[in-house]
Formats: sequence, structure tokens, C-alpha cells
Amino acid sequence: MSKVLGLNGNAAAAHAMRQINPHVVAAYPITPQTDCVERFAEFVSEGLVDTEFVTVESEHSALSACIGAAAAGGRVMTATSSQGLALMWEMLYIAASMRLPIVMMVVNRALSGNINIHCDHSDTMGARDAGWIQLFSENAQEVYDNMIQAVRIAEDMRVRLPVMVTQDGFIISHAVERVELLDDDAVKNFVGPYRPLYPLLDVRNPVTYGPLDLFDYYFEHKRSEIEAIDNCLPVIEEVGKEFGKLSGRSYGLLEEYRLEDAEYTVVALGSTCGTAKEAVDRLRDRGKKVGLLKIRCFRPFPKDEVIRALAPRKGVAVLDRSVVFGGFGGPVFTEIRSALYDLPSRPLVIDFYYGLGGRDVYVEDIEKAFARIEEVVRAGRVEKHIDYLGLRE
Amino acid sequence: MSKLKSWKELPLGGLILEAGNARTYKTGDWRTERPQVDKAKCINCFFCWAYCPDASVIVDADRGTMEGFDYDHCKGCGICASVCPKQAITMIPER
Repeated sequence: MSKVLGLNGNAAAAHAMRQINPHVVAAYPITPQTDCVERFAEFVSEGLVDTEFVTVESEHSALSACIGAAAAGGRVMTATSSQGLALMWEMLYIAASMRLPIVMMVVNRALSGNINIHCDHSDTMGARDAGWIQLFSENAQEVYDNMIQAVRIAEDMRVRLPVMVTQDGFIISHAVERVELLDDDAVKNFVGPYRPLYPLLDVRNPVTYGPLDLFDYYFEHKRSEIEAIDNCLPVIEEVGKEFGKLSGRSYGLLEEYRLEDAEYTVVALGSTCGTAKEAVDRLRDRGKKVGLLKIRCFRPFPKDEVIRALAPRKGVAVLDRSVVFGGFGGPVFTEIRSALYDLPSRPLVIDFYYGLGGRDVYVEDIEKAFARIEEVVRAGRVEKHIDYLGLRE
Repeated sequence: MSKLKSWKELPLGGLILEAGNARTYKTGDWRTERPQVDKAKCINCFFCWAYCPDASVIVDADRGTMEGFDYDHCKGCGICASVCPKQAITMIPER
């Protein structure tokens, strides 16, 4: 029997971690993730998990300890935010290139400077090229569900890659919502026993992790890493469906909201999708043919599914909650626009930077984005590719 | 080195799955000078064997004799020539 509790996103993640019962968790506290790790530390001290909880002195050490533990042959998890993720930088690439199935919960928070503790996606988006799978969550329920699925995805023998599960700082991490928890046993069975691959503690079969890798093999190793992350899309879908059978909540790479006959669509990630759904409903009530494309899996980027969902639209407004300084639009925009390039007839695409440093995004903001893309389509061309929502001019 | 493998043939994660594989990496071609022993001067003290950082001095343990060098792995550092108490080892430029 599942159980319904009032939980914030951090607690939802902590309960998922308790039910997964990993061998090792190494983490360092940082706002707004602290609450999650504190709760997990309580589970450890209450003896509810068997986890070796390593209290490290920095996030660089946290992920280093996770890498060591995962290479040793354990199921390993961690959690961080913002500057913490930035401090993990070099270790992120190492975890991915060694193909270690670490699961990390990231509470999205703006990067300094100036110092800000609230939500945007600059931390996670900065790590988008590190070789990790990235799953975005719309609410606390999705955080819980994604954490459990992440373990299965990461550890699948066809994948063996680290996974980041993200939730928006404070908006999800600290807002109490209705969250349905599965039975402890159901989660235990779903994730299954850990199957180590080339564990360092298997002293009868010694292996070398992370050797010097120069011009003769480094390139080939990167090529196989490209193949690995590209190949995991079907596994993410498969796990999403199987989780649906268990919980009644199925997951795909994307979620299409009232998109069937939509002429105009907004593309968003994370908690803003909830706001965008409300905007879509209101505009539909006024007879507008609008919809939302929510991207759940940003890495690997589900190019074919995005093309299928967006090709029939007239106009697409992309919402980017992080900046690519000096780039041609935000990270979501560049992916979307590039994916659509080969279509013989393609929708017009515009980008909106929004919500930086936790700036609120209202239903009316999303309505403005829809109004703008409608104008662009009516004019037949894009004059301004990148604009802002909720910014004082 | 054996023939270079394609990316499809490599173990996952850039791992090396065999132990003791340093033997297959022939570092001898790094050498600019090769050690040469004059056995008429050598007293088989094994200093060269003890000091060699690459385990490239070949000895016959049963007979207690220094037999020469493993040129597949000797990098030509010259430590053996430097520690030899009888100056029995000379470094000859490679060309």
C-alpha cells in the first residue's frame, strides 16, 4: 500500500534515498539542499538505513568519495546545489567517464555572483556537457519518482552512467505538497540488488580506474562515452513505463500537455511547467490553440521526440532559466532550434530568459510568451530571437 | 604496443582489465642512450639491478650473474652506469 504524506521536495528526495538504502552517501550541506541531507542523516542515526554516511569537508570531496565508493563496488548517492555543484566540476566529468552509476539530487539554485540562494538552472545547465544524465522534476512527487527511477537507469547494464535528478530551489525543495510514497518493499524490489561492475574490492580480478590516457586512446574513450549516453534514451523510457505499472505514474522523455492540435507551444523544464499548464488551460478556455512541451530528460537530449512533438507547430517559445553569456540564446533554445533545422517546414522559434535568481514567473508571463510567439508567426519572421520575461527594463 | 583498438573494442569507462599490463607497454623507444656492459670488468655486485627504476637489468639468480639489459623497457636513464663501482657500464648514444 502506498502512503500519502505532506512533504517538500527535499523530504521527498530524502525518503526516496531511505527506501533505496544506498551503500554510501557522501554529501556536504548547501542551501537549499541542506534540508534533504539533514533528513537523510536522521534516517542514518535512527538506523533506518544501512548507509555509510560520509560527512566530507567540501563538495569536491563529496563527489570524490562517491567516485571512490562507486568504483569500489557500492550503490552511491549524493545531493548538492549551485556553488556545490560548481565545486564538483572536475569530478563530474571523472564520474561520467569512469561510467559510475552515481545518483545525485541537485536542487537548482542560481550561481554566484552576486550571491543568490533562489532558483534558476545555471548550476545544472553549466554541467550539461559533463556526461551525466539529467532528469528535471516539475513537483515534489516527480522528485520522488525520478530519484527511484534514476537508480534503475544509472545501474542498467546498457547505461552505467551517473544521473542528476533536479528540482527547483525553494519552489519545489521547500514547498510542502501531497506526495504519494510507495511501500518500502516495493521500492526495494523495483531498484533491485546492486550489481557491481568491475569493483575495485574484487581483489581476485584487479582492474585499473582512471589511467593516463593520451593521444592514442583518449579520443576512442570519449567516442564510447558518446555512444553510452546516446543509447540510454530507450532505457529511460522503459524504466518510466515500468515505474508507471508500479505506481500509476508513467514517465517518458517529454510530457506533451494539450499539444495534439496546438499551433503555438511553450517549451519549459522544471516547476515552471506547472505554471505553463495553467496558462495553457486559460488560453484554451479563450479558444487559443496552445500547448506545452515539458522536457523531463534534458541529457541525453531526446532530439527525435522533440522533433516529432514540435514539427507540426507554427510557433515555439522556449523558456530558458539560465543564460549562455555571449551565446545565441539559452541552452534549451539552442538545442530546440538546432533539432528543428533539418525539417523542410519548421516552426518559428523564439527564446525567453526568465526567472533568474528566483524571480517569480506568473501565469501572465507565460501568456505573454504565447502572445509574442503568435505575433511572430503572424508577422512571418523572427526579428528578435531572444527576449526576457519578468525583467524591469 | 599491439595494434591500436577501435572504440568499439575497448572496456567500458577507460578501464584496464588486465593486471601487470605495464609489461606490454614497450618504453624502450623513449631511450636516447643505451647501457652497454663490459662483462670483463663486471663483478656481479647487482648494484645496477638494485637501482634500476624499470626492472630492466637481467640477472641469472641461480648463477648469481648479471646478464645484460631488457631493451624493450630500459628508458636509458643511466642510473646503472652511474652506480656501477667498476665503471663496467657505458651509455652509447642511440641513433
